[in-house]
Amino acid sequence: MTKDEVRQAILDILADIAPDEDMNSINDEATLREQIDLDSMDFLDIVMELRKRFNIEVPEKDYEQLVSMASCIQYLQPILNDRQLAS
Amino acid sequence: MKRNWLKGARSAYDVVVVGSGLAGMTAANLLSKLGHSVLLVEHHYNLGGLATWFKRKGGHILDISLHGFPAGMIKTFRKYWTKEMADSVIRLKSIRFDNPQFQLNTTFDRVDFTNVLRERFGVVKEVIDEFFTTARSMNFYDELKMTTREMFEKFFPGRKDVWRFLMEPITYANGSTLDDPALTYGIVFSNFMDKGVFTFKGGTDQLIKKMKNELVKNGVDIRTHCLVEKVHLEGKAVRGVCINGQDIGCRSVLSNSNILNTVHKLVGDKHFSPEFIREVKQVRLNNSSCQVYIGIKKGETIDNAGDLLFTSVADEYNTEKILDKQVTSRTFSFYYPEIRPGSDRYSIVSSTNARYEDWANLTETQYKKAKENLIQTTLDVLEKYVPDIRKKADYFEAATPKTFKRYTLAPGGTSFGTKFEGLKISRNLPKEIPGLFHSGSVGIIMSGWLGAANYGVIVANEVDKFMRTLKDETQPLVTASV
Repeated sequence: MTKDEVRQAILDILADIAPDEDMNSINDEATLREQIDLDSMDFLDIVMELRKRFNIEVPEKDYEQLVSMASCIQYLQPILNDRQLAS
Repeated sequence: MKRNWLKGARSAYDVVVVGSGLAGMTAANLLSKLGHSVLLVEHHYNLGGLATWFKRKGGHILDISLHGFPAGMIKTFRKYWTKEMADSVIRLKSIRFDNPQFQLNTTFDRVDFTNVLRERFGVVKEVIDEFFTTARSMNFYDELKMTTREMFEKFFPGRKDVWRFLMEPITYANGSTLDDPALTYGIVFSNFMDKGVFTFKGGTDQLIKKMKNELVKNGVDIRTHCLVEKVHLEGKAVRGVCINGQDIGCRSVLSNSNILNTVHKLVGDKHFSPEFIREVKQVRLNNSSCQVYIGIKKGETIDNAGDLLFTSVADEYNTEKILDKQVTSRTFSFYYPEIRPGSDRYSIVSSTNARYEDWANLTETQYKKAKENLIQTTLDVLEKYVPDIRKKADYFEAATPKTFKRYTLAPGGTSFGTKFEGLKISRNLPKEIPGLFHSGSVGIIMSGWLGAANYGVIVANEVDKFMRTLKDETQPLVTASV
């Protein structure tokens, strides 16, 4: 998956979790929490969706990697890349 | 012949969920949506656990725990149930206090609480703001050293009236006391202060009916009148359960039963490490409750007396007094016809915290007399707020800790699970026995509707992770760890 595809995949997940938020205006560098009303349950949902959609397991110690869009992409892209090559 | 409540059940499922409280139902729904085959087992004839109701002759519908929950429940309904359920959540407008220290009415949110604390109690704004910030910043993983009493002493030294104002509703909501960890107070208090207190339009019966429909739609096999007697293990792995004497296979069990029942009865001490069992034995149960249900006659009306009314004749808030059989504090939940559109009926439920041992050892005659006394003393107090209540109502019933035990099977009839240490046991269960999970009420933050439902989600996530590691033997799960 390219960076853009990873970004879109994360946006799709966020749009399901927070349907009332405007995803177009997300600043990749700022924390997601500053821009969208996300609580700890929402982050758990992101983890569950990543497992469901891409068969990726994010261990609890890595939850902090999901803090901003940029860090999400940086963290997930190598894994999603492998994933695609593997299948 | 006895009806076979398991008729048509499969011989095995991916997950068996034991108990249909809000955590069990929410977890079952989520796991089914995630693609696992789920059997939801409930010993009672109704689903819901303590999120339940009952009907009585004369058209009475009595709710056990409907009023009220925090705004967060709207999101929980939307994400893990349906938008329709989320859209049925309505706000309670009037929360009243009446005790020897103060009488007041609040909408129970931060803005109003700040006003009340300033104007009625004379607390300066900076202190109030700092208190809210402190409560808000508390989370799940914080240290447990500070108690609620110490936190109150720090912010409102000697102000027992303020303590009561801040504590009484939370005691009603989750059974916590001044001596429990401050974070168990802070989390629940902040959840309510966010936007106020809410309830479900349609009543508990409609909610549970909608949940049941959703579970069925998502493929959950629901079995009521079914008691899970045992969890079967093979070595250290879950291999099934025994339900009403019949064995059903499964690779994981999610127990929504009390944590002590789960360990001691469903599984058995011998299957756990001695260190774990030693820790389990340290877990304290939370207290139980008494309730008095009052059904108003058909055609009668009552004036609005608020939605929740915290009454007490005790001089000040006191944990011992709150639990005492000589009841001094009661919370009245008023259910007006607006709660059930199309209905013109009213009901009132009085709740008090209570100790199991005060009720468990009475003779049948003493027990009946004590229940009748509970009803009459409750009506005496209610008379002040609803004049002629004895004439307006035609149905009266009392529930005691024994009643709670009968319907939930929880040891000591606990209506608020265990104290905080139960959480660690609940979380560590799968480390002892892979495939064994627990999402019952532990650590009081999980004792309200919101906490229960969300804890169901948190544990369902663990079950899903576990089940996928079993299923994905051909295509291993990629761990994103570096």
